Amino acid sequence: MAKSNEELKTIATQVRRDILRMVCLAKSGHPGGSMSSTDILTALYFNVMKHDPATWTREGKGQDMFILSAGHMTPVYYSLLARTGYFPVSELASFRQMGTRLQGHPSVRKNLPGVFQASGSLGQGLSAAAGIALGKRLDKEDNFVYCLCGDGESEEGQIWEAGMFAVFHKLDNLIAMTDWNGKQIDGPLEEVSGIGDLSAKWEAWGWNVIVADGHDFDSILKAFELAKAGKGSGKPTMILFKTEMGHGVDFMAGTHKYHGSVPKPEQLEDALKQLGETPLGDF
Amino acid sequence: MKKYTDTGKKDTRSGFGAGLLEAGKANPNVVALTADLKGSLKMDAFAAEFPERFFQCGIAEANMVGAAAGLALTGKIPFLGSFAEFVTGRVYDQIRQEVCYGCTNVKIASSHAGITLGEDGATHQTMEDIALMRALPDMVVINPCDYNQTRQATLAVAKYMGPVYLRFGRPSVPNFTDENEPFVIGKAIVMNEGKDVTLIATGHTVWESLQAAEALEAEGISAEVIDIATIKPLDEEAIVASAAKTGCVVVAEEHNAFGGLGDAVAAVLAAKKPTPVEFVNGGDRFGQSGTPSALMAAYGLDAPHIAEAAKKAIARK
Repeated sequence: MAKSNEELKTIATQVRRDILRMVCLAKSGHPGGSMSSTDILTALYFNVMKHDPATWTREGKGQDMFILSAGHMTPVYYSLLARTGYFPVSELASFRQMGTRLQGHPSVRKNLPGVFQASGSLGQGLSAAAGIALGKRLDKEDNFVYCLCGDGESEEGQIWEAGMFAVFHKLDNLIAMTDWNGKQIDGPLEEVSGIGDLSAKWEAWGWNVIVADGHDFDSILKAFELAKAGKGSGKPTMILFKTEMGHGVDFMAGTHKYHGSVPKPEQLEDALKQLGETPLGDF
Repeated sequence: MKKYTDTGKKDTRSGFGAGLLEAGKANPNVVALTADLKGSLKMDAFAAEFPERFFQCGIAEANMVGAAAGLALTGKIPFLGSFAEFVTGRVYDQIRQEVCYGCTNVKIASSHAGITLGEDGATHQTMEDIALMRALPDMVVINPCDYNQTRQATLAVAKYMGPVYLRFGRPSVPNFTDENEPFVIGKAIVMNEGKDVTLIATGHTVWESLQAAEALEAEGISAEVIDIATIKPLDEEAIVASAAKTGCVVVAEEHNAFGGLGDAVAAVLAAKKPTPVEFVNGGDRFGQSGTPSALMAAYGLDAPHIAEAAKKAIARK
């Protein structure tokens, strides 16, 4: 059942709490991008994707599939997989610990339900998603493949190889998303790579391009509706979600400092207070 | 000595092309991808027969590996093909992440491998690919010796579940194995039984080793010849048994000195049956332009060099 925007907001708050508690327990991880993409992925997993944790298999027959190309965003990914019922929420406490199924970057070698493909070496997930889209078309399935890329990740040449491939093969069952938070580990994008106007670039590549506010559920859900309506157009869709790294906690917001490092214990307390508790409860 | 007849020179890549077409007919899940080298990889027949199962990727090998992994995730059996250098060195990380670590059922069809790529020269002649692919957990590495064996190996690879690196070549070479002999992954093939020295070879050096064995026989030396068509997993039992029998070994491969079949055999023998080993390989060098046969001679990979190495190995017993 689709959630209301108010319910989605509550879930997103809980997911951000999960992210912060996971990385602080592990004393490592990537909270910044996880928090910028929280609202997008909350909408995707709760309201947009056709998926069923109870009957999940890695082949994803008859279901929508999701590939996390920006593999370092595991905190948000695992939280959403747990919160949608792929595995117990309590397991989030094992993130990055020895023997865990919740590896630092997604692994398919630990039998963790919900994870279709390993990722983490950047730039590769969009190609895998394109291959899945081809496979689903061969199987005459009408499901979608979703893929989340980072804006910094888009500096990888393979992203643009995949972009060309998806257009050439008319993969209109592929919906890619970019978490356009403008930050990467070494600083703002314009100071690291000068990747420039992603919207103009994807349009030039021949994709349907949608730009949306990645922290506004009306905007997010409308973007997904538009993207799904692109089926039949013969073109893949790229949704560029304008977001803020570290969104939701004042000292983390808008800075690259928490891309790959975690708050100190006293900062965690402050961050959780800012987010507030939810009826869903912590893991 | 067992006599092998060249039934007519053929390129091993055409064996792959024939095998791919047959595999495609046998199983509708077999699909193929190439990065602008459909003709060179002899994929034309498959592409013509199954246009909806053939995917041109353009000159973008990294994406091709990922797309193949994605197809495999949906239950397809993708064979991706390009020149050996461009499906190993160029995309090592993609193969590591998407195929091996990602446990996807992707088959890497690697053509124009080794020095016998010939006139295009060193940029296209990988002599390091076996080492790269051997180093990857779960990767199966296969290097058949002629057209017939490559065709059979392709059929076997299509039935095997898991990542495979299938290495073959460009030039026309003798076709001498039994066309009806099914390929068994992981099994060494004793081509000739002997008692004085074991010649272990893979790919194009199998025929060269058989020629060397004939020359040695004329000098009264009895050479056992073993075709290691599957380099990983290695048939350790066959290697140890032969080394125990003959007491010395030569390993010949169209690869450089590092991480190839020579190192694999040496490691097995060091651990299980210490035996003198001589290595026939391309050394610590890049290739260069030339005809395949001139290059095989210049890089010390042909029958006379193998026979010479056999005598050195025997002298060390």
